Amino acid sequence: MLVLTCPYCGAQCEETELVAGGEAHLTRYGPESRDEDFEGYLFYRKNPKGVHFERWRHAYGCGQWFHAARCTVTLEVFGTYTAQTGEPPAELIAEIKRKRPDWEGWA
Amino acid sequence: MTHRLDTGGRLIDRSQTISFEFNGSTLSGHPGDTLASALLANGKKMVGRSFKYHRPRGIVASGAEEPNALMGLGAGKSFEPNQRATTTELFDGLRATSQNHWPSLEFDVGAINAAVASVAPVLSAGFYYKTFMFPRAAWKHVYEPFIRQAAGLGKAPKEGDEASYEHFHVHTDVLVIGGGMAGIAAARAAASSGARVMLVEQTANWGGRALADDLRIDGLGGPDWVAREIATLEAMPNVSLRTRCMGAGMYDHGYAILYERVSDHAPAPGVPRHRLWRVRAEQIIVASGAIERPLTFAMNDVPGVMLASAVRDYVELYGVLPGKSAVVAANNDDAYRTALSLHRAGVEVKAVIDTRREAIGTLADQVRGLGIPVREQSGIAMVKGKTEVEGAEVGQLSGSGQITGPVETFVCDVVAMSGGWSPVVHLYSHCGGKLRWDDEQAMFRPAPERAAPLGQTGEINTRCAGAANGELQAEHCLADALAAGAAAARAAGFTADAPEMHADAVDEAPINAHWFTPSTGKYAHGTKHWVDFQNDVTAADVRLAAREGYESVEHTKRYTTLGMATDQGKLSNINGLALLAEQLGKAIPEVGTTTFRPPYTPISMGAITGRNVGPLFKPVRKTRMQGRHAENGADFEPVGDWYRPYCFRRPGEDREKAVTREILNTRERVGLLDASTLGKIAVKGPDAGTFLDLIYTNMMSSLKPGRCRYGLMCTENGFLFDDGVVVKTGEDSYLLHTTSGGADRVHAHLEEWLQTEWWDMKVYVTNVTDQWAQVAVAGPKARAVIEGAGVAADISAEALPFMSYIETEIAGCPVRLYRISFSGELSYEIATPANYGPALWDALLAAGEAHGIMPYGTEALHVMRAEKGFIMIGDETDGTVTPHDLGLSWAVSKKKTDFIGKRAMARPDLVRTDRKQLVGLMTEEAGEVLPDGAHAVEAMTAPPVRTIGHVTSTYFSPTLGRSIAMALIEGGAGRMGEVLSFPLEGDRMVKATICDPVFLDKEGARQNV
Repeated sequence: MLVLTCPYCGAQCEETELVAGGEAHLTRYGPESRDEDFEGYLFYRKNPKGVHFERWRHAYGCGQWFHAARCTVTLEVFGTYTAQTGEPPAELIAEIKRKRPDWEGWA
Repeated sequence: MTHRLDTGGRLIDRSQTISFEFNGSTLSGHPGDTLASALLANGKKMVGRSFKYHRPRGIVASGAEEPNALMGLGAGKSFEPNQRATTTELFDGLRATSQNHWPSLEFDVGAINAAVASVAPVLSAGFYYKTFMFPRAAWKHVYEPFIRQAAGLGKAPKEGDEASYEHFHVHTDVLVIGGGMAGIAAARAAASSGARVMLVEQTANWGGRALADDLRIDGLGGPDWVAREIATLEAMPNVSLRTRCMGAGMYDHGYAILYERVSDHAPAPGVPRHRLWRVRAEQIIVASGAIERPLTFAMNDVPGVMLASAVRDYVELYGVLPGKSAVVAANNDDAYRTALSLHRAGVEVKAVIDTRREAIGTLADQVRGLGIPVREQSGIAMVKGKTEVEGAEVGQLSGSGQITGPVETFVCDVVAMSGGWSPVVHLYSHCGGKLRWDDEQAMFRPAPERAAPLGQTGEINTRCAGAANGELQAEHCLADALAAGAAAARAAGFTADAPEMHADAVDEAPINAHWFTPSTGKYAHGTKHWVDFQNDVTAADVRLAAREGYESVEHTKRYTTLGMATDQGKLSNINGLALLAEQLGKAIPEVGTTTFRPPYTPISMGAITGRNVGPLFKPVRKTRMQGRHAENGADFEPVGDWYRPYCFRRPGEDREKAVTREILNTRERVGLLDASTLGKIAVKGPDAGTFLDLIYTNMMSSLKPGRCRYGLMCTENGFLFDDGVVVKTGEDSYLLHTTSGGADRVHAHLEEWLQTEWWDMKVYVTNVTDQWAQVAVAGPKARAVIEGAGVAADISAEALPFMSYIETEIAGCPVRLYRISFSGELSYEIATPANYGPALWDALLAAGEAHGIMPYGTEALHVMRAEKGFIMIGDETDGTVTPHDLGLSWAVSKKKTDFIGKRAMARPDLVRTDRKQLVGLMTEEAGEVLPDGAHAVEAMTAPPVRTIGHVTSTYFSPTLGRSIAMALIEGGAGRMGEVLSFPLEGDRMVKATICDPVFLDKEGARQNV
């Protein structure tokens, strides 16, 4: 029962208010893309033990999709941010690196 | 009440006597008793029979860890099985029955299992897996009936529960679970900072072991100290306290579930029975204490063998003597407190049997000072007695752990045993806290240095305190709890100033880890050394599992069923895994523990459900015309969250007759359908057309205002997800129709793509399903009916052709009039703002009277669409079906460069020509209706027979006077005219010919008039 802060409405959302949307920042491969690229987009996920970037929707609240960076082991939440971005904000990445020097980084 | 002392028993009120019923006989006790203490006071030693061998069993413990004394409580609507007598508070009129015996507790047929087992251990480890394999037929006729009769502990209640239950939601700064010495001290420390503190205790009384253990804190005796501290806490405005409230489960980010037994002890109408607390705490302190372990010696399950601490509790708290003469068996100093307590109460303590080489602590000295013999480096070779303890055979333990030399017999009727204490780390482990093995104290204890539960910010949010943290001795327990309370308050953002408290130290000698006391003769192999009392698992079972290769404790648990009973191994887990480690020649931490899962003890289903029962279980969505339908004889069926009329029955009609009438009337004259449940989503904005071109497989941007188009939506996998008619209502606005019940799903799908992939598009999406009531008028007379109802526009075939749309008025109701058809008839769907719905419905019914109009329900709708070969999402689709599979390639654009699902449709598996494809089926026998889901085979051969597809929709068509069906068949599109076989139940075979799925009016002549 995670608590995540919705970056749009500012509410501290209990997990039951949210809908999980899986891994964030996937690149959509459309028509004419190579089989391997499309397969990766459709099926392969990182599922890391550690720092992870995820999509969540504040479904029973403001209805907005947002992103969360958290540790899948300790459940520490590094931050939440808007869904309208192709990659995590630089400050957040710096913050995670500061807290987790061994983190392989965003890629 | 032969076993009640004349004085003492600090929890009972001797001024009142109350009566209760046990197995039909009336017994008495005092307020403050538990059912267990009252049974013992009445001399009831044997209170149940064991699960597998039906062995006589007595009360072992005094709290939540009790494995044996499970009772059925109450009767009729309030009956509840498997309740622990030790946690059941006595009240006047309580009714209890023991379990797991037939015909009576004293004489039980199932005990024959035990008799057989004494010759050969037929029910030993893995016995279910080994025994019930062959012959196959025996399973059905012999094994299963036997197991069903023997399986389970209590009987399930037969009647519905009338009690009420509720949920509370609270936020707090610090939650302290456990109201013993540590919990009280931690709460005081945390509360002194001003933080909001909630302190809960699972029993009815504050104090835990401080009530029974003869402690001195701050110069006061335990009970007085507890009373003073609770009074202090009660006076603090920032503290709330609850007894009878157990920490049941702990979850992420400081979320805890508490289970409060509000009125189990005082049932009254209007008072909820249980309450589930959903708590969000900044910080949590787990002060859940520790549980004493049994010793594993031969016949340690005979009624009268009890935990040493429980014996002490019954004497000190309830003034009950579990027996007249006792033997205490121990591997630690704490059990000596029981010897002292029994001696004070006038019980003859025959001896203390200590497995340690020497018993040297101050407590042992006190015992010796009373003249009680202490046998060092000794163990109980066997307990004597069948239905109650008659004595104990004691022998000297050799260096190699065997019983050597002569065996000494003590005559006694109670054996108090203590194998040491295990911290209750359950809650801490629920939310990710890790443990370490403490060799010196022989226990698993919390190890925050390995991993502690964290809050959102990554800081520790849960700590154990006192005995739960491995601090068993009072002075350390108290200091640890004060520190934990202060740390929690600081972590919650407060300045802590912990009060001073001090418990007198007692010089205790260390424990000796002792996991198995050997026996002699036929019990030497551990077949009567019980480890798990509730599931009847012995030391021999655990060892057998290890010899058979079960090295993982998780596998051993499942193979032997150790720790899998309703007590979840509270007494047995550590003993079991220590035995496993010994047998495997490994250290205990290498073997590790099994996983602790919520709830800590079983909680009622009622508490989980709370008020969400009956009509509140699942709210029903109603259309504005629902009341009209009920008056009209509607026979409702659930459709998603809605209840829709399945059909409208007239007097004397069954469902089938009503449906047939509705279909024929619609096809021949005219019918009226409440279509309000149809999903409606408004899409508006300059990029609406571009967006919808990506959402639908076909082109939507080319739609002209005032026109409608049937469209398909796929997922990125290329599988069909929803369908419906799209209407262009304005230059940059569209109305999407979705399946009934699909509107929320489709709306979420649109939002997801808009927000997360194409966020630069200028489009708004709004679910307007509830804003519109919608009515379908279908049949040859549909136009005449609408004209008769007073439509304000020209709706002739020329003015309003098929698949077009206008906004106008009917009988004063503003309407959106769509000429679309799901029945294949001349048909209009009319939407009006929701509150006009009943007026429009009435106007159309009135206008239709002259034309023979009748309302029709969902079943007629389904049959008519099937006659036309129209698909239904969820019937013809199951999440693995593409539009091409359904013969809908015409609705998949080849021109568009992209849409959701386009790329996937080029994947090799989706272009296979032998995929399952939609076909029609005509049975050889016109009256034979295939069952839904029936499997098709090319021809019946010897089994196994490969199925090549299945029936997706199947009806008797009144219009055609024969059965029709649709099916998904491998390569179906190329099999027209082929005859398939459908093997059914009872060796019946139905044959059907593959045909076009459009059974009626393929040219569309009926709707284009």
